[in-house]
Amino acid sequence: MSSDHFIEFRNVSFAYGERPILNNISLAIPRGKLVAIMGGSGSGKTTMLRLISGQIRPSAGQVLVDGRNVADMNHAELFEHRRRMGMLFQFGALFTDLSVEDNVAFPIREHTRLPDSMIHDLVIMKLAAVGLRGTQNLMPAELSGGMARRVALARAIALDPQLMLYDEPFTGLDPISLGVIAHLIKKLNDALGTTSIMVTHDVHKSLDIVDYVYFVSNGAVVAAGTPAEIRASPSPWVHQFMWGEADGPVHFAYPASTSLQQDLGLKGGQHD
Amino acid sequence: MTELLLSPLRRLGHTTINAIWRLGFITRFLLAILRYSGQSLLRFNLTIREIYFAGVMSVIIVVVSGLFVGMVLGLQGYNTLSRFGSADALGALVALSLLRELGPVLAALLFSSRAGSAMTAEIGLMKATEQLDAMSVMAVNPIARVVAPRFWAGVISMPILAAMFNVMGIFGGYLIGVVMIGLDSGTFWSQMQNNVDLHYDVVNGLIKSLCFGIAVTLIAVFEGYDATPTAAGVSAATTRTVVTSALVILAVDFVLTAFMF
Ligand SMILES: Nc1ncnc2c1ncn2[C@@H]1O[C@H](COP(=O)(O)OP(=O)(O)OP(=O)(O)O)[C@@H](O)[C@H]1O
Ligand SMILES: [Mg+2]
Repeated sequence: MSSDHFIEFRNVSFAYGERPILNNISLAIPRGKLVAIMGGSGSGKTTMLRLISGQIRPSAGQVLVDGRNVADMNHAELFEHRRRMGMLFQFGALFTDLSVEDNVAFPIREHTRLPDSMIHDLVIMKLAAVGLRGTQNLMPAELSGGMARRVALARAIALDPQLMLYDEPFTGLDPISLGVIAHLIKKLNDALGTTSIMVTHDVHKSLDIVDYVYFVSNGAVVAAGTPAEIRASPSPWVHQFMWGEADGPVHFAYPASTSLQQDLGLKGGQHD
Repeated sequence: MTELLLSPLRRLGHTTINAIWRLGFITRFLLAILRYSGQSLLRFNLTIREIYFAGVMSVIIVVVSGLFVGMVLGLQGYNTLSRFGSADALGALVALSLLRELGPVLAALLFSSRAGSAMTAEIGLMKATEQLDAMSVMAVNPIARVVAPRFWAGVISMPILAAMFNVMGIFGGYLIGVVMIGLDSGTFWSQMQNNVDLHYDVVNGLIKSLCFGIAVTLIAVFEGYDATPTAAGVSAATTRTVVTSALVILAVDFVLTAFMF
């Protein structure tokens, strides 16, 4: 079975210190598919990507990549796994001391022995794919937020990885670049057979391109299905998320231990 | 009551254990740097780039400070020596003070506040903005790619900077002693030549600055790598680099001097 599931979470739990983030979560991402993970802010989506890339280890359960438990990999195996993976960080994480060209060229230079002229051409092609050809000599500080994330995307796809992890690829993009990037993600997935996981808040745009969706809340999957199933879903979670309603099963506010009145020092709190 | 007596004791114990733990940690960090140094030495242009940022950018401050220290040595040395009627020995005094102590120590102090603090801040910021994470997710070891080149750049730059400091200091002493006060130039240089031993003074001074280079750069890259990944964490780490480096330089200098001279 594991051969057609490229990524599998088996009863995974994770906590930062005392705070549980993921509770016994299980899900599977089929090989070659584009899957979205959606959920409120702080629901543990980035944490799931970090588990897949092996930056953190689950406190219980297994994260399998191509049938192998990431937590069991030694240093060399982990780096081998990462070499075939691309990750778009939520905040870009461009190298601030390197130009745009050197940023995109970074993984190519580190992992291949291609001649400089060929690397240059590859970089230009990747930058053209994200609509930023002509920016190669700028420094990251000279880019806008949305441009920086597109450069980061170009860097993540530089080596045509088998597995792509996108953390919020659409944030900070204008509608036109959003459409272009969504199309690019879809194209990469179709043309190269890349397995792709996309963490996103943008329900409507992603339903147009993904093959499958998981909704996470409080560290567990609360709804899942193909875009057609999601659109027709009676689940209150899905409904609340799709239409951006404040009231519903998902709580907008972080679970605070004191009341708002207490924090503001108003009547009704303990300290008046 | 007992709580009042015990709590400073407990804090002392805590601090001590913490310090020893950090010492162990920094040792393991050094071993990791050495282990992953192959790449930064093979792709030497990575290290060259850091030598430029750490070493070359420190040249101005080292050269100017060296000149002033040498001139002060010239003035003070002349005052004291002439009281004993041995102003002729000024050349030897200036050269020996610089080669044995002032050159290595002051150049290292300057280097740590000019380049060491910058290294800490840079690595700390790379950590805070997830650049180090991004690198290791791209299957590139940040110790090999970011830390090791900076470490070697510091180790290589330090003795060269100390040597520049010495040369400028001696020139400063010459300016004061010969050009300004009017001592005999031949005596100034020949006294220096007769009293400075290549092995004993010059090589020992170089060994000192090499040790300082290792200590200062190790502290700088470690504090950056270990920084709490926030703005406040990086600024605290930068301060720690300068303070710890200064203490370590002076302590190591004492130990080395006791063994060497
Ligand atoms: N390094 C950390 N140390 C402690 N707690 C953390 C750390 N990183 C994240 N958390 C906590 O873990 C929870 C999940 O974080 P995560 O980044 O996975 O959320 P997310 O679903 O990606 O949210 P968003 O949509 O806002 O990016 C958050 O509540 C956060 O407070
Ligand atoms: Mg996130």
